[in-house]
Amino acid sequence: MGFFLETLFGGLMVGMLYSLIAIGFVLIYKASGVFNFAQGAMVLFAALAMARFAEWFPQWFGFESQVLANILAFIAAMGVMVIVAWLIERLALSKLVNQEGITLLMATLGIAYFLDGVGQTIFGNDIYKIDIGMPKEPLMVLQGTFQGGLLLSQEDLVAALVAAGLVVVLAIFFQKTATGRALRAVADDHQAAQSIGIPLKRIWVIVWSVAGFSALVAGIIWGSKLGVQFSLSLVALKALPVVILGGLTSIPGAIIGGLLIGVGEKLSEIYLGPMLGGGIEIWFAYVLALVFLLVRPQGLFGEKIIDRV
Amino acid sequence: MFYRENGQFKSSYRADQQIFPIAQDRIAILVLLLVAFIVVPLGVSDYWMRAILTPFLILSLAALGLNILVGYCGQISLGTGAFMAVGAYAAYNFQVRIDGMPLIASLLLGGLCATVIGVLFGIPSLRIKGLYLAVATLAAQFFTDWAFLRIQWFTNNSSSGSVSVAGLNVFGVPIESPVQKYLFCLIFVVVFALLAKNLVRSAIGREWMAMRDMDVAAAVIGIRPVYAKLTAFAVSSFIVGVAGALWGFVHLGAWEPAAFSIDRSFQLLFMVIIGGLGSIMGSFFGAAFIVLLPLFLNQLPGWLGFSISTALASHLETMIFGALIVFFLIVEPHGLARLWSTGKEKLRLWPFPH
Repeated sequence: MGFFLETLFGGLMVGMLYSLIAIGFVLIYKASGVFNFAQGAMVLFAALAMARFAEWFPQWFGFESQVLANILAFIAAMGVMVIVAWLIERLALSKLVNQEGITLLMATLGIAYFLDGVGQTIFGNDIYKIDIGMPKEPLMVLQGTFQGGLLLSQEDLVAALVAAGLVVVLAIFFQKTATGRALRAVADDHQAAQSIGIPLKRIWVIVWSVAGFSALVAGIIWGSKLGVQFSLSLVALKALPVVILGGLTSIPGAIIGGLLIGVGEKLSEIYLGPMLGGGIEIWFAYVLALVFLLVRPQGLFGEKIIDRV
Repeated sequence: MFYRENGQFKSSYRADQQIFPIAQDRIAILVLLLVAFIVVPLGVSDYWMRAILTPFLILSLAALGLNILVGYCGQISLGTGAFMAVGAYAAYNFQVRIDGMPLIASLLLGGLCATVIGVLFGIPSLRIKGLYLAVATLAAQFFTDWAFLRIQWFTNNSSSGSVSVAGLNVFGVPIESPVQKYLFCLIFVVVFALLAKNLVRSAIGREWMAMRDMDVAAAVIGIRPVYAKLTAFAVSSFIVGVAGALWGFVHLGAWEPAAFSIDRSFQLLFMVIIGGLGSIMGSFFGAAFIVLLPLFLNQLPGWLGFSISTALASHLETMIFGALIVFFLIVEPHGLARLWSTGKEKLRLWPFPH
């Protein structure tokens, strides 16, 4: 029982991290109707920027403090992400307004490749570490209830809290502010939003910046856990089934989808894996999402916007 | 002045419906084929034959298959690598498990297995489309990656996880030297290109295009979506599967699942986008472009007199690919093929602009 619960919690924590990335997908989809394949590349890019700036700033400006370096690096990385958002809007999306979804999807694939290339050219392609002082020691809980207790990673708990915080902030932003309302209007219909005077360009820059912000947060947490390297951009491929499962337009869906996939992955690996030859984590999420799509194409919490064929 | 159809009258439906209605086109294609079959094997070095022309031909074939699905039927697929892998591994199993299996038969049977898997993963397309379908095909990609790595049966219990084929021959003729491999692939490509070209002009091709342009309207005028979509998946994955089998058998000789990874899927999708969605010719342009671009990028610094590291070169390559995708989507959504046909149009009017 203890082992099962430990796996369960492990899955929940990993799922939380998937959700963090999935939120980035949902944000852009919700606010501009673009399915952003480049989210993974943005996570890698942001994490690379953060890791390298935190390394460079102390050298450039001659100070020692790790905390200061992290804060400055965070601000600088955020600045970089805003610039990236602006450039993406300027150079790609503004030229593709009102195109079909599929064209935009392929454009974001191109952007993903471009960002991967640029990020590694500027920031290098080794493994870098982000050290924001997250507690590393595992936490022992419920020692009285189970034999051996439950081993929980504090790092994961912090990540979960951060993700929860991010979601609250985003929910308020979307529901309560004028900008959030404009974002939702744009998502519904580009042309209609434009015709009632919503500045489409500015909205897209904002939403890509917000997605950049969530990519940065996800990148920092993943990066401090696993180190920043190219494989980070592949983690985003795990977030795809998450958004499908949760529904493309729903932030709660992204969270719950992430948790389901995280838990499902870990449990299936442990309990089904040995029967199937192991390593089924790779495709489990996808097959789960695929089966789910057949039953409920709009996902758990998605709006029913797919035109059935 | 030289390229126009003036004076070329057709007196039968047959003549009117041929693939290349303009005599100059027919001559050009004949010349191209003659060059490909006779001049190239005589005049090109083994290195070019082995490292550039053969991969180019096989990737063109795969891009052709993908183009049928994405370009003609509008069903985006990110799982091409998976279908290639199915073709390759199935052909391998036919080859090693059945004694005296002819090479061509096992390649085609590999393609048939890919068809089955393709249709299976195409079933979701009946309910979903666009990016949802892209994710569904990604499932195929990850699943086959895993299956061929983990399930020993597929690799004939090879301990290293990689499989190899040797001693290829067709009707007693060995396929060993680069020239033979090249010619073998060329025959496949020519036959399939011709078949595909005819297929997309036929009723079923029109159904695919109607499906792509507006599925609801297509259904209203009596096109069965199930049939149209699944045939597109079937034909596409058959061609892709044969291409995969060729890639494994003829080009690589020995391979492991990584040869058909998700990168391969993206690469093929890029070929289709850059070459031209919905164009047979475009698949060749796209493949040529993507095969040649890395070579060019590797050579360029040398020509300009400075050197860059391989890591930087590969990053630059990804960057340029990404930028080109976006560039093509914005500037010329129909890809290189459209530039080609614009050129031809201009040539028809030349020297008068109207």
